[in-house]
Amino acid sequence: MSTIHYTKSHEWIRVDGDTATVGITAHAAEALGDVVYVEVPAAGKALSKGKEAAVVESVKAASEVYAPVSGTVTEGNPALADDPALVNKDAMGDGWFFKLTVSDQSELADLLDQAAYDALVAESH
Amino acid sequence: MSAIPTEPSLKRVPLHGLHAELGAKFVPFAGYEMPVQYKLGVLGEHLHTRTKAGLFDVSHMGQLRLRGANPAASLETLVPGDIQALKPWRTRYTLLTNDQGGVLDDLMVTNLEDHLFLIVNAATKDADIAHLTARLAGEAAVEPLPDRALLALQGPAAASVLSRFAPSIGGMAFMTAANISFDGIPCFVTRSGYTGEDGYEISVPGAEAERFARLLLAHEEVAAIGLGARDSLRLEAGLCLYGHDIDETTTVIEADLAWAVGKRRRADGGFPGAAIIQRQLAEGAPRRRVGILPEGKAPAREHTEITDGTTRIGEITSGGFGPSQGGPVAMGYVDAKHAAIGTAITLVVRGVARPAQVVALPFVPHRYFRG
Repeated sequence: MSTIHYTKSHEWIRVDGDTATVGITAHAAEALGDVVYVEVPAAGKALSKGKEAAVVESVKAASEVYAPVSGTVTEGNPALADDPALVNKDAMGDGWFFKLTVSDQSELADLLDQAAYDALVAESH
Repeated sequence: MSAIPTEPSLKRVPLHGLHAELGAKFVPFAGYEMPVQYKLGVLGEHLHTRTKAGLFDVSHMGQLRLRGANPAASLETLVPGDIQALKPWRTRYTLLTNDQGGVLDDLMVTNLEDHLFLIVNAATKDADIAHLTARLAGEAAVEPLPDRALLALQGPAAASVLSRFAPSIGGMAFMTAANISFDGIPCFVTRSGYTGEDGYEISVPGAEAERFARLLLAHEEVAAIGLGARDSLRLEAGLCLYGHDIDETTTVIEADLAWAVGKRRRADGGFPGAAIIQRQLAEGAPRRRVGILPEGKAPAREHTEITDGTTRIGEITSGGFGPSQGGPVAMGYVDAKHAAIGTAITLVVRGVARPAQVVALPFVPHRYFRG
């Protein structure tokens, strides 16, 4: 069974055993506005928790997407190259950024659960 | 994701309440809390302006009257434009220069017969007022108009919308001015703008600004447009943003604004930095502002390094995604020998070298109404 965690910097990570899928939250996508370009990491790239992993750009600005946990990328979402607007249409689903093999499960303990993330978003309004 | 910082204690424009009602997202800009976008979003607002009509609030900009015995001759001591040749009720783009031929501000000047009407940038207006006051002391007086709002209606439907209030407005040519009443609201109108589209800038008493804006927004062609789309529109139109594409360190000639140096002024000089500008007109400038078309889809933002493949040759000063272009667009400065249209250049985006080309500006053709 997969579980979903969040970061304070508005990434989500869906974990299923040793593998996980990462994206940005619907709240983040809404705040960015129309996404016009996404740069995802290539398979094999080693990521460190909290460090830059991907880039998402709106008309106005480029923003960094951080790795929620450390691990090795197994796949970047190839669909985002031709259709970056998937991030706006389905941030938590088809608009995923990359998949990775989690190197240290204990890092998941630092992340937010759904209730804690919802509270964070509510606070910012 | 990296966050966007916000700043406290910002000034507000007269239409602040209306912007909030329309769902604006606000950002700090030049000390003002300004709408960066509305519910339509930057992409939608940009395309709306190119196809219909966009209403922009640019009330943060400075509106000034310059009065004196011969305000045109006085102003010419500070700008390279031929202001004395400007006919009554005509508008011209010009530049306040420094002694190095750099740009203190870019501005619009309209000849209103007994005085000049100036529109200057928000971030520079206080410095401009101080500069004009000090340098023209004894011959011309600056009268700021802080109680006036400034709106722009831009896009192919702008003329037909405004003609419903004032039929004569459709006949105005680009860069001409008139006093026009809209439903009893006295306005000063120029057929101008900063999007590359046909359109108007309308100076309206601040107290009447909201009623005026609501009159325009009642038309289905008109949508409120934020500063986000204003920036992408002006970039596609190849127009400079002060503080980014031009500033005190970029000469008028480096900025490729030689067209704003009047013929008589080239010969006679008589403005700050004239000697440097005259020399660069004759011999060429060491670097030039150019249009830059990145290959592929990755936008190259401001401060992106430009190389010839190995050596640094310049930097991007404005760059992003052009919604009408459907891809990345940019402008920046390159060494003169790399400034020819068609030159292959390299952009270093997040450490990765990406190919690009020097191209002619604008990216999207201007559609001004020449009459």
